[in-house]
Amino acid sequence: MAKPQWPSAEKRRLIGKRIARLDGPIKSAGVAKYAYDQNFEGLLYAKIFYSPYPAATINAVNMDAAKALPGVETVWVDESLIGNEVRYVGQVVAAVAAVSEEIANEALRLITLDATPLEAQIDDADPSKAEERKSEREEGDFEATMAAAEVKTTGHYSIPVITHCCLESHGQTAKMEGDDLYIWPSTQAVSLYANGLDEAVGIPQANIHVDCQVMGGGFGSKFSHDKWGVIGSLLAKETGKPVKLMLERDQELMVAGNRPSAHGEITVGVNRSGKLQAMEATLWGTGGPGGYRPPPVPYVFTKIPATRMTGMRIKTNRGGQRAWRGPGHPQGCFLTMAAVEDAAAAIGMDALEFFKTNLELTERAELYAKQLDIAADMIGYKTKAHLRGDKTDGPLKRGIGIGIHTWGGLGHPSNCDISVHPDGSVVLKMGTQDLGVGTRTVVGIVAAETFGLPLEAIDVNIGSNAYPSSNASGGSTTVGGISAATRLASTDALNKLIDVVAPRLDVDIDDLEAVDGKLQSISDPTKSIPWKDACKLLGAKSVLGRGENIRGESQELGLIDQGVGGVQMADVTVDVETGVVTLNEMAAVQDCGLIIDLKTAESQVYGGLIMGITYALYEECIYDNRSGRMLNADMEFYRLAGLKDVGQLKVHMMTGPGFDERGVIGLGEPPVISPGAAISNAVANACGVRVPELPLTPDKVVAALQAGGIV
Amino acid sequence: MKPYEYARPNDLDEALALLSDTWGETEILAGGTDLITCMKQHVTEPSRLVSLRDIEALRGITVDDESVSIGAMTTLADVAAHAEVRTLYPAIVTAIEGIGAAQMVNAGTVGGDCCQRPRCWYFRTENGLLAQANGESLVPDGDNRYHAIFGNEAAAHFVSPSSLGPALIALGAEMFITGPGGATRTVPAGDFFKRPESEAERETVLAPNEILVAIRILKLGLKNATYEVRHRAGLDWPYATASVAFAYDDEKVSAARVVLGHVAPTPWSVPDAAAKLEGSAVTEKHAAACGEAAIGGATPLSKNGYKLQLARTAVKRALLAAAGSTKEA
Ligand SMILES: Cc1cc2nc3c(=O)[nH]c(=O)nc-3n(C[C@H](O)[C@H](O)[C@H](O)COP(=O)(O)OP(=O)(O)OC[C@H]3O[C@@H](n4cnc5c(N)ncnc54)[C@H](O)[C@@H]3O)c2cc1C
Repeated sequence: MAKPQWPSAEKRRLIGKRIARLDGPIKSAGVAKYAYDQNFEGLLYAKIFYSPYPAATINAVNMDAAKALPGVETVWVDESLIGNEVRYVGQVVAAVAAVSEEIANEALRLITLDATPLEAQIDDADPSKAEERKSEREEGDFEATMAAAEVKTTGHYSIPVITHCCLESHGQTAKMEGDDLYIWPSTQAVSLYANGLDEAVGIPQANIHVDCQVMGGGFGSKFSHDKWGVIGSLLAKETGKPVKLMLERDQELMVAGNRPSAHGEITVGVNRSGKLQAMEATLWGTGGPGGYRPPPVPYVFTKIPATRMTGMRIKTNRGGQRAWRGPGHPQGCFLTMAAVEDAAAAIGMDALEFFKTNLELTERAELYAKQLDIAADMIGYKTKAHLRGDKTDGPLKRGIGIGIHTWGGLGHPSNCDISVHPDGSVVLKMGTQDLGVGTRTVVGIVAAETFGLPLEAIDVNIGSNAYPSSNASGGSTTVGGISAATRLASTDALNKLIDVVAPRLDVDIDDLEAVDGKLQSISDPTKSIPWKDACKLLGAKSVLGRGENIRGESQELGLIDQGVGGVQMADVTVDVETGVVTLNEMAAVQDCGLIIDLKTAESQVYGGLIMGITYALYEECIYDNRSGRMLNADMEFYRLAGLKDVGQLKVHMMTGPGFDERGVIGLGEPPVISPGAAISNAVANACGVRVPELPLTPDKVVAALQAGGIV
Repeated sequence: MKPYEYARPNDLDEALALLSDTWGETEILAGGTDLITCMKQHVTEPSRLVSLRDIEALRGITVDDESVSIGAMTTLADVAAHAEVRTLYPAIVTAIEGIGAAQMVNAGTVGGDCCQRPRCWYFRTENGLLAQANGESLVPDGDNRYHAIFGNEAAAHFVSPSSLGPALIALGAEMFITGPGGATRTVPAGDFFKRPESEAERETVLAPNEILVAIRILKLGLKNATYEVRHRAGLDWPYATASVAFAYDDEKVSAARVVLGHVAPTPWSVPDAAAKLEGSAVTEKHAAACGEAAIGGATPLSKNGYKLQLARTAVKRALLAAAGSTKEA
């Protein structure tokens, strides 16, 4: 009998090793088919016409000229908008479908809008524009504790709206066959994609076939089929022709989701010993026209004895927010770590010592202490560290900064079917999706490990809603959910096989295990049968194993868990005469329970660091405050880091005793949380003043240096 | 994109005959790295593209005792890789290498770099070259972090995007132009770029039916360098640059030219700052003083004051780099 628990360390052949992605070769060779690559005979190209107004009442949309353009097959208008308001530039208003992309784009220019512009709020930096409703929270004896703190520092900190900037834009190719809709979207939620789409297009879910084998990034922005999913499907249904609708880059940046901004006035009360006493923060920001939740401050140092937090929202006429890797955490981390590090600088204390002094104010003092030591070693903290302000001559100043973060990462509900066939083949089916992170590979590893087979022996089928449903990939919940479900399904299948084989080998079912391509007696390894021969014993009948990840139960079994910590340190050089910040090195230390594939786990951390460096140094949505238009809705001035910009990245995963037995924990969010904090702190440490805003571009750095009298 | 005719003549006369005398009716196509983008952005909607690709005479670098001549269709990569250019004109090499992407310098040409259109985000989103709405520039009250800090008192607020421009002006290059009927004229690089005063004008002295044919740089033995303030290492724009060239005999500067880039609607020469160096050695102190002088008279907008510090530093560092190269030689 195979047990669902993870095998012990000495029994693991694949789990925890560095294993390359199964779909690496097809991606490298350029043959992997993304939504955009689904091409069919008679394909139509759909394009979206969007609101040029940040706020307006739509009186009429005239599609006549667009419709009349040769090559235009059909048009679509959002009738519900007529007489109603659009709330941001980029809001979907209408669409056209044509025989070529060029014609579709040309047709968009023939659409005319009769609209009455309304007043719009674009800027999100001015707190006086916030709604009256405030959230207020006080903990501890705030007034007295703050008053008693020996030193108080106050600062302004600010992190702008950024986008997900998926390299593969949002969209899909859709095609009708009879009553059935076949759709190839770029999605983070294969099994849930048709929810709501069915009603919107009048096709039952059973007739909607969703397929997403590979996709080019979602980061929290691709949970829904979105309006363009509905439009593309409706156009396919109406014309009977396949329709491809992928967002243009400007639309992708304007409307396909963003990370809310966060601005804060933060006062920190600290004693000369370095002990944090109190924190007061007024926080505001925008998530566009809709909801906004101020970020979690204080972050990680949640047990600061006394706090007073005020949160406000600024509603803006800009594209709406969506979950962005670790929602709220990168902002909360930056605001908190910067503010407390400013307090450390004010009392002249080394930042590492300061963070260590205050670890008891966190939920994981012991873990963070270890991680701080490891990161310090990795980056050479002892030899490089200095108090705030590099005093060496010349314009190039070097500094180190620290960030600390946390995340949950409990595996999501997920189902898995695995069938073992008489010919020895193993077919795994799960309605999950691989966002590029290695999901496909991870499920293969778990199944192969369980069956004692090589990874190649598992036929891994994911990315389709025809398979047992699995939840959306978000919040670092996937790896836990899919690993547990796969483990449960494969042990179930294996046990059914063992039931058949054990009597034939004349061993007890509890005495049979799957290792090295065999079923073998534990007590007498000379009694064994090769996998294929064992499967032949099934006769004409396959066995089907089913696994369902039920959170509490899997946690109980030790398959999954939640709650991780991480520490990152950044080493930067600031040219104080130009404000140019260069990243020399980053060290990341992370725990995430039992690691299934060390390679993809590490690569997740590298990716998090790169994405984090990007928002720390370059990324920012820039709007025109009059037109409401995003001025850098392109890849030219919406800057992302390139390979030469990221410096040396060092990753250390905490594994082994103390970590492995917790089971699998997600890793998507944690590594992207700290970079803004660590890099901002490093810049302050280098040049002697806090640059209060991210990204750390020359304009902002020079302004802070000038305000600080440094240049 | 509007449908257009694509012409690919194989000699200059034929090409000239295909060009209209009105801007925007026809466009000259070199590497296409900017022009095609402009067309997609509806910045220009020509009915004919005249490709210079097959005109062999426009391509290549020739060197004689007195000068180096570069055909307008020579790729930026070929220029930066040319041995003689590398030793004589580091100011040019740095400007090209700064662009930061092999794809861009392999496709982009010298002529295209000099004639490329500004990147002002109001211009590129269909507000016209002067970025106006109701006769008022959108720039002063808009987001002008990348706009001009010099020469912005008139209609134009964009910055000249060409990194070659300042280097060519500093080196005293000449621009060879051929127009209708094969008429030729030669313009000093310093006069080639101009600030448009109306939407009907463009950013160089070229007429719509003129072609930049070649650029000639004399071998004057000038010490020269470019310093660019850049943030990202890959394909990107600098925030401010300075190109400098000067004679340096017995550690004494003469005939100095200092030209700023990406700070004004044209490459921005600062002769008064250059004059300050005359007769002195290029020390840290002198170079800094020249940098300081270079930003005198700047008129920064609401969000680009930081560029003063960058321009000042770029001048200082370019001068020191140029002088440094002397010592090694
Ligand atoms: C993200 C990004 C960053 C960049 N960074 C820089 C940078 O830092 N510095 C820099 O200098 N450039 C930079 N570039 C611009 C790039 O160098 C130019 O696009 C390129 O040099 C244009 O050359 P081309 O041959 O492709 O020109 P084309 O696109 O073919 O033409 C550009 C323009 O010049 C005209 N033209 C071309 N040749 C002639 C001629 N012989 N006579 C008359 N008119 C002519 C065309 O009609 C057109 O209007 C950057 C571009 C991008 C997208």
